[in-house]
Amino acid sequence: MKTVCLYFQVHQPWRLKKYRFFNMGKDHNYLDDLSNRAIMQKVARQCYLPMNALLLNLIKEHKGAFRCSFSLTGIAVEQFKAYAPEVLDSFKELAATGCVEFLAETYSHSLASLASKEDFKEQVKLHTAMIKKEFGQKPTAFRNTELIYSDEIGAMVAELGFKTMLAEGARHILGWKSPNYVYANAIDQKMRLLLRNYKLSDDIAFRFSNQGWDQYPLTADKYVSWLHAEDTPGEVINLFMDYETFGEHQGAETGIFDFMKALPATVLASGMEFATVSEAAKKYQPVAVLHCPHAMSWADEERDVTAWLGNELQNEAFSKIYGLKEKIAKLKSEDFNYVWNFMQTSDHFYYMATKWLSDGDVHSYFNPYDSAYDAFINYMNVMSDFEIEVDKALEAKAAAKRKSTKKA
Amino acid sequence: MRVLMFGWEFPPHIAGGLGTACYGMTRGLARNGVDVTFIVPHAYGDEDQRFIRVVNASDVEAVYGATESGADDILDKISFIHIDSNMVPYISPEEYVSYHDEYVKSGKRVWETTDCWKQRYTFSGKYGANLMEEVARYAVVAAQVAKDLEGQFDVIHAHDWLTYYAGIAAKRVSGKPLVVHMHATEYDRSGENVNTQVHAIEKTGMQAADCVMAVSNLTRNIVINRYGIPAEKVVTVHNAVRFAEKQSEAPERGVDDKIITFLGRITYQKGPDYFVEAAAKVLKRVPNVRFVMAGSGDMMNHVIRRVARLGIADRFHFTGFLRGDDVHKMFQLSDVYVMPSVSEPFGISPLEAMRSNVPVIISKQSGVAEVLDYAVKVDYWDVDALADAMYALIKYPALANMFSSKGLEEVTNLKWNNVAAKMKTIYERIIEESKNK
Repeated sequence: MKTVCLYFQVHQPWRLKKYRFFNMGKDHNYLDDLSNRAIMQKVARQCYLPMNALLLNLIKEHKGAFRCSFSLTGIAVEQFKAYAPEVLDSFKELAATGCVEFLAETYSHSLASLASKEDFKEQVKLHTAMIKKEFGQKPTAFRNTELIYSDEIGAMVAELGFKTMLAEGARHILGWKSPNYVYANAIDQKMRLLLRNYKLSDDIAFRFSNQGWDQYPLTADKYVSWLHAEDTPGEVINLFMDYETFGEHQGAETGIFDFMKALPATVLASGMEFATVSEAAKKYQPVAVLHCPHAMSWADEERDVTAWLGNELQNEAFSKIYGLKEKIAKLKSEDFNYVWNFMQTSDHFYYMATKWLSDGDVHSYFNPYDSAYDAFINYMNVMSDFEIEVDKALEAKAAAKRKSTKKA
Repeated sequence: MRVLMFGWEFPPHIAGGLGTACYGMTRGLARNGVDVTFIVPHAYGDEDQRFIRVVNASDVEAVYGATESGADDILDKISFIHIDSNMVPYISPEEYVSYHDEYVKSGKRVWETTDCWKQRYTFSGKYGANLMEEVARYAVVAAQVAKDLEGQFDVIHAHDWLTYYAGIAAKRVSGKPLVVHMHATEYDRSGENVNTQVHAIEKTGMQAADCVMAVSNLTRNIVINRYGIPAEKVVTVHNAVRFAEKQSEAPERGVDDKIITFLGRITYQKGPDYFVEAAAKVLKRVPNVRFVMAGSGDMMNHVIRRVARLGIADRFHFTGFLRGDDVHKMFQLSDVYVMPSVSEPFGISPLEAMRSNVPVIISKQSGVAEVLDYAVKVDYWDVDALADAMYALIKYPALANMFSSKGLEEVTNLKWNNVAAKMKTIYERIIEESKNK
């Protein structure tokens, strides 16, 4: 019996406002409140609320046979609380059904796994605590930002106590092998890996409404026949995608909601089953060890990390923000941690990408800036002001300490 | 004495040294008792079919926001005529064509992104399809203006190559002598890859003129050596700087660090690369300094990449294109102003910096170096010397104080009144000569 494993990613970055040199040293509100609120409320209306309601109905209808997994970033949850608390409530309702698993990731959807082990661990702990508090689950499976994965990152995640991790079923890593099996991490073989079936995932996420596609229109029957077909061998089919696919990237008028409504019944009728990430990983034995010495991701044609760290602008911003790490750690201040966290969100680096050729459409869709250079200037201006504030706070702290030792 | 002047619109409408210079010069001439009829291109767009309009001088002053005591008597001396045209200074024939094409394709008229890093242009279909056509059309209208004003001027004065045909046309119609003013040569704008059409217009204008005014000896030499204009016909008339009655209040400083500023178009001619390399050298030695590059231009992205690669982006900031008050604010926030131009016919902005008490470093390859003693002068390519000078001015307060106080004194004495007096004697001479011809 084949297993279908659905996982949805929920994330919204805190977008920065236009921050000029003249603001530096005076203005410490970095966020574009208006667009953050407008975008969150629009996506809530078009995607989160209707889709959560739809999934809740499906779970009730199939009495536990329909199951799926989510990963919500800490930053997204912060924005629910600020602008759309009803979305958070609807996720809690989903959690209460027992049919939905919540995965762990970095709190701020950061690239910390590529920067330092310590930061990475701290941010994962922060996220795990948040999930536990909001949804009453302790995550056992892990999903890294943009499915960034390498042997070392996998081992690092295993050290944190996770049993399962998600990764991209990238062609250059798999070669002739199929993504539809459970694999094991090359360093710690107890760590199980579920690999995204990018073809079947992207049929929904990218191609669903493409009228130029020879399979258009996609119906649940047709799709399930693909899942079921003999040329889709394997044990577990991993359909991983952005949650915003439903109602946002693929608008309601494309029929995406009707498709999802029909999908579970069709899957179950054809003799397949649903499982959450951890359930699927537990059910099957790993068939092989996956070797992935260099970091890969689910983005772009190359499936590497060059969308975030591919040019000198991105590298500079990345090294400068992580260069603040020691100072931030010394401060131990919640306010500074908060800013430091949202500054690390991978989206900021994505805006600075200059590889516009093959995947330019997707990049520009998500990009609030006119160019990578504008994005870079704005980010660095904010960071410069932040650093000045950090230095001031450190000095104040040191001065207070001197004073107290003198008294003593 | 009455002058028919083909000039450029004043700031804040069009930023850049040309408009600023025209403004100061006109006022200076008025103070010297010279009447000026000032003709500028102004884009009115499709809705208005008149080619020419007379604009009240006090309206122009009001827009500039500088109606000061005793100004009324000068205003009587100046009259303004707008010719409907979308020519702007510094536009190249290639740029003009691309804007026009875009206009024809999309009907888009105003180039103004929501983005504050970029400048703006206005466009309309009633203007020439390319810059050369527009220059010729402008000349035809200018000839008509000259005819209408017959007997009301004694000499014609044209600024920058775009108005040279207009000047020549006015001279043919009226028989009055012509002065052309070289604010920049095509060699300054384009290096060795000169646009031959532009070069030809410059040369024609200077040959047709009775006198060529060059903004510096540097420019005068180029005019003589590279355009083959007889030396006796070319005089150097340095620019000056105008003092506003009241200095606006200094903005509150947000950062404690020293600030070293580059302000200008980010193009090859202005030498932004050298500024970046020197900044990286200084930052290796001094942590508490920040560099600001204000402006926009075709080398901006290149410079941003270079800054990122040098790993100094947390200390090197970009403001994008600045206008009006922001320019002033930027000067007041600066501790050192640098103009590392590869080729600068004059360069008025260091004078504006000095007026705000900011010590300046300028390249020896700039015309303004000829009139300043209290400015650090380096070869634009000598990054080490540039870095040394930056270091000295932020580290040794005595030096910086000397440069800023003496510099203020020096720049205060560069008055448009004096420049205009010199221009007046030149006008008188050529009017006399042309009578005797």
